[in-house]
Amino acid sequence: MNNYELMVIFTPVLSEEEFKAAQKKYTDFILEHGGSITHSKPWGLKSLAYPIQKKTTGIYWVLEYSALSSFNEKLQIQILRDEQIMRHMATRLDKYAVEYNARKRSGVPTGNEKAVGA
Amino acid sequence: MAKANEIKYLTAIKQEKPKKKFCRFKKYGIRYIDYKDIEFLKKFINEQGKILPRRLSGNSLKYQRKVSDAIKKARQMCLLPFVTDLLK
Repeated sequence: MNNYELMVIFTPVLSEEEFKAAQKKYTDFILEHGGSITHSKPWGLKSLAYPIQKKTTGIYWVLEYSALSSFNEKLQIQILRDEQIMRHMATRLDKYAVEYNARKRSGVPTGNEKAVGA
Repeated sequence: MAKANEIKYLTAIKQEKPKKKFCRFKKYGIRYIDYKDIEFLKKFINEQGKILPRRLSGNSLKYQRKVSDAIKKARQMCLLPFVTDLLK
């Protein structure tokens, strides 16, 4: 069971309930395949650094989950089939990343604040 | 004809001692560079959005690669632009 982090950009025309429905669809999809969700964090509407598909804003959603390594292929197919999603990226989290995310969520200062000053 | 070493300057030549560069990741013990943390990544790119070389950012090789990976991921996910001007 590896830890993954999925970041998804939805088209901005999505309404609130559609956005929630899409989130629910994917979280159920993961749970159904034996994965587990550690954290879901919708960022909401954000402006993009450069336009994708002629749109300059997108709805971001970051999901942290752990699943079998064979599961990602199925998730990829689901996401590519869904045309509400403009872009997605799944990254594998090593143990430092998981610890970093956990500390960032729980408010414990991660090591980076000190480095920002340097 | 005044020889070179006899020339006296009014004010001493201030050689600006270059600030000792150090790898902030090794010094502060950071192990993971988050690609979502744009403010932190912006320290490693210049105004055009290009990645700063190691000699300017002072990073060690291992962490410079992690920083460039994180920046490329952030660019892919539209968090950072590929090229821009006056980014800061």
